Amino acid sequence: MKDFNLKETLLNPIFKGNPISVLVLGICSSLAVTVQLKGACVMALSVTIVTALSSLVVSLLRNTIPNRIRIIVQLVVVALMVILVDQVLKAFAYPVSKTLSVYIGLIITNCIVMGRIEAFALGNKPIPSFLDGLGNGLGYGLILIVVAFFRELLGSGTLFGFRIIPESFYDLGYMNNGLMILPPMALILLGCIIWIQRAIQKDLQEK
Amino acid sequence: MNTNSNVYTIIYSTILVVVVAAVLAFAASALKPMQDENIKKETITQVLSAAAQADESVTISEDVVAMYAEMAVDAFYVDGNGVIGEHMNIGKENKADIKVESTSYLKAQNDIIKKIEAGQTELLSTLALPVYVIKVNSLTVNVIPCYGAGLWGPIWGYIAVAEDGRTLDGAIFDHKSETPGLGAKIAEKPFYSQFQGKKFGEGEKIFDVVKGGANGAENGVDAISGATITSQSLGKTINTWAKYYQPYLNSLAAQTDTETEESAETEENAEVEDATVTEEE
Repeated sequence: MKDFNLKETLLNPIFKGNPISVLVLGICSSLAVTVQLKGACVMALSVTIVTALSSLVVSLLRNTIPNRIRIIVQLVVVALMVILVDQVLKAFAYPVSKTLSVYIGLIITNCIVMGRIEAFALGNKPIPSFLDGLGNGLGYGLILIVVAFFRELLGSGTLFGFRIIPESFYDLGYMNNGLMILPPMALILLGCIIWIQRAIQKDLQEK
Repeated sequence: MNTNSNVYTIIYSTILVVVVAAVLAFAASALKPMQDENIKKETITQVLSAAAQADESVTISEDVVAMYAEMAVDAFYVDGNGVIGEHMNIGKENKADIKVESTSYLKAQNDIIKKIEAGQTELLSTLALPVYVIKVNSLTVNVIPCYGAGLWGPIWGYIAVAEDGRTLDGAIFDHKSETPGLGAKIAEKPFYSQFQGKKFGEGEKIFDVVKGGANGAENGVDAISGATITSQSLGKTINTWAKYYQPYLNSLAAQTDTETEESAETEENAEVEDATVTEEE
């Protein structure tokens, strides 16, 4: 078994190996929940918790899981975490859980979660697996928050629901960009982020 | 140990499922009181939002429970014949005791309404439709809920009816899964603010959400473009529920009539007034 540089395991998926901008996983939910920063933050937190804990649990069980039903076992573990997160949100952050509605439940189908378990947690020790899940969740969350920042600022003129663009701008004829609210703009912003990242990290560019 | 044998696989999956089920059952029952509290708060917020539209100066505060305890005058159930039944606690003594009926209760009532519509009229007296009487500064409004099927899932709402039993002072709607940007607009201000000042009609069409525009009709509002089914369903829902509230609302109307025209008080009106006075006690 390889020995991992733990710091590298945690930080690599946040920037260099970001699940959204490099691996292009989890695009669907990043379009849906980034209209407002608050929702994006809660979603980022939820996905981070789910990836980290399910990676940890699967890694703890990895030597006992029968190979033939390993995907089912992984799915059960992920589903357990997602339902727990959903229940906790319903109890302690009801308004947010209402705006995120089905997308919390759909974390189960997020490719990042199952992808990291299958690729990493099944073959590695609990601590690196936990850090890998945590890093991937944070990497996903980072992109979500950046996209939501621009969409809420330009689309509604607010951040976390507070007005940022002053009324006087609107009096001068400034208007919110309605396109920012719609999903296509999230895709365009994601494209811009990938573009910037590839411009900085030359090794990502295909020849 | 051979982790690939059939026996091992079956035992492993059984244990896994039992453990996961136990964890989920524990979490669900431990968090249930808090979740119910949130649902109650949401219902209270919607009842108050509908009522508060009667007076522009009233805004919904953060602590909706305290606001409800302060503003509520009465809350009770009425059956399909307009007879007032049991009263609900409005939290005058203890805010924690406030009782409001959530959407799951409305769904159960809607099922009874469906049976009555299908011809089982003997069920009329088993209906127990909630009414929340809220005092908004000088006005008193009766907030009545409605519940029905939208395009993708249930839609529901709260309508504030003035003391005359006909004029609408406000309304608010919500939905489970209508299309964002189309049907979901029933929950947005431009749509629900149309209800203010409208009146319930007296005939077969009590209220309608009209495709192509209500054209100033007193008992209708404009439908939402691109959301035909949601609009139609909402119109039907309001109409159906208003029909079963009609006996109660008519008794309100009779009561206000007797108050304003005391000299022309008929025997029948007097009876109605007597009845409502005793019921309010």
